[in-house]
Amino acid sequence: MHPQRVVITGVGLTCPLGNDLPTFRKALLEGKSGVVNFPVRNMGEQAAGVCEFDKSKYQNRKEIRVGTRAGGIGIYCAHEALENAGLELDKLNPSRIGVYLGITEHGNVETETEVCQLVDHYDEDVKYWTHHHNPRTVANNPAGEITVNLGLTGPHYTIGAACAAGNAGIIQGVQMLRLGECDHALAGGVSESIRAFGIFAGFKSQGALAAHDDPTKASRPFDTDRNGIVVSEGGCVYVLERLEDALARNSNIIAEIVGYRINSDGTDYVLPNPERQEECIRQALANAELTPSDVDLVSTHATSTPQGDEQECKAVRNVFGEGSGTLINNTKSFIGHSMGAAGAIELAGNLPSFNDGIAHATINLDNLDPNCHLPGLVVNHPQKKDGGINVILNNSFGMLGINSVLLLKKFKG
Amino acid sequence: MTKEKIEQIVLDIIAEIAPDEDLSDVKPEVRLRDQLDLDSMDFLDIVMELRKQHSIDVPEAEYRELESLESCGNYLLPKFEAVAAA
Repeated sequence: MHPQRVVITGVGLTCPLGNDLPTFRKALLEGKSGVVNFPVRNMGEQAAGVCEFDKSKYQNRKEIRVGTRAGGIGIYCAHEALENAGLELDKLNPSRIGVYLGITEHGNVETETEVCQLVDHYDEDVKYWTHHHNPRTVANNPAGEITVNLGLTGPHYTIGAACAAGNAGIIQGVQMLRLGECDHALAGGVSESIRAFGIFAGFKSQGALAAHDDPTKASRPFDTDRNGIVVSEGGCVYVLERLEDALARNSNIIAEIVGYRINSDGTDYVLPNPERQEECIRQALANAELTPSDVDLVSTHATSTPQGDEQECKAVRNVFGEGSGTLINNTKSFIGHSMGAAGAIELAGNLPSFNDGIAHATINLDNLDPNCHLPGLVVNHPQKKDGGINVILNNSFGMLGINSVLLLKKFKG
Repeated sequence: MTKEKIEQIVLDIIAEIAPDEDLSDVKPEVRLRDQLDLDSMDFLDIVMELRKQHSIDVPEAEYRELESLESCGNYLLPKFEAVAAA
């Protein structure tokens, strides 16, 4: 028995290259970097991906003050996604809308800020600790803020899946629609990660934080001189619906989600496992009843770390070897690593290729590391694919060896 | 320090806490919650700002003393005077 078909009917996003998909896509095709220098507590200026969306478009000043950055990003993206999907909230049953957001982590930004204030200004006297701490730091906060802002009364939670979380949020939405838990899923991922120093310092101590005189060149997956991750914030929320519902209301169908897989390396907290990544890719293809040669475009996870990129290339090369015709690209080279939002944002940047048949590149690739050779890698400039792009495979891998792969097809009716 | 100055201090704090509210016609003798959209978390913010900005502590049992600008002025005047004398 085949599972119910699920489609994407709306997308809302904010990322370092724009606050809507057309702007983001245009910048990707132009090869622009969205990475800038950003002041980080205790660490001076660091290369980072920063979002500049209009916070007050969907929140008043008090809501912005009381809530979190991640919540604000989620709220912006959710509103934009609903509008993009042509859905008016007052015509929907709010108890039938679910919110499923992937996050790498939540609560660090708030906690770090409060602890630093307490130590620096208040002599560690906890009577100065904010009563907002708990609602701001519970892990469901970003999804919960969406429900409070929009008056939604269906299920909401976040999915903690490290850097695989963006895909995981989408997968959760698909599953909940198939279970009948909701009729519309607001699904994707968010990241506020640049607002805490801990993540930067953690990567730095690990030898995995990018450094470059020019921040726009700091994220350089597959390049011999790559030296680490650029941390970014961002968000992307999709409206997902069961196909029959989307057709019934004559909606614009952006893509169909045809397969997925999440698995675990089961080996190391930090070092990726290319065998398990390859297994995840193959299992996702089997789930979609597709073969490697059906895939027109692979969006790689590659974060610009010396080890991680090489391991993913092994996995991808084993599946999409010479002559497969599959094009391969990378979005982190443009916007850095948007953590919980990464899988969702990176997918969004590729979805317009269903219409224009163009694969955006991976940029900042001056000298390809031979260990990162990938047949079909789109280097520095976009490439049009003969026959168009009809199937996209989206990789996202994370710490503690979590792997996620999503497969999407152009919807033709 | 006077009760009127204290009422203004509290209004300034409310302006930070509830920046979308119109504070131009707040009546001192009417409960703040009956005039403005302030919830219990907002009142805790008022208590926190009194502590952070003016070193004034309001015990939980006395929170109801802050229910109107007038009651704030009456209740907080001796506290402001005690801080100034310290």
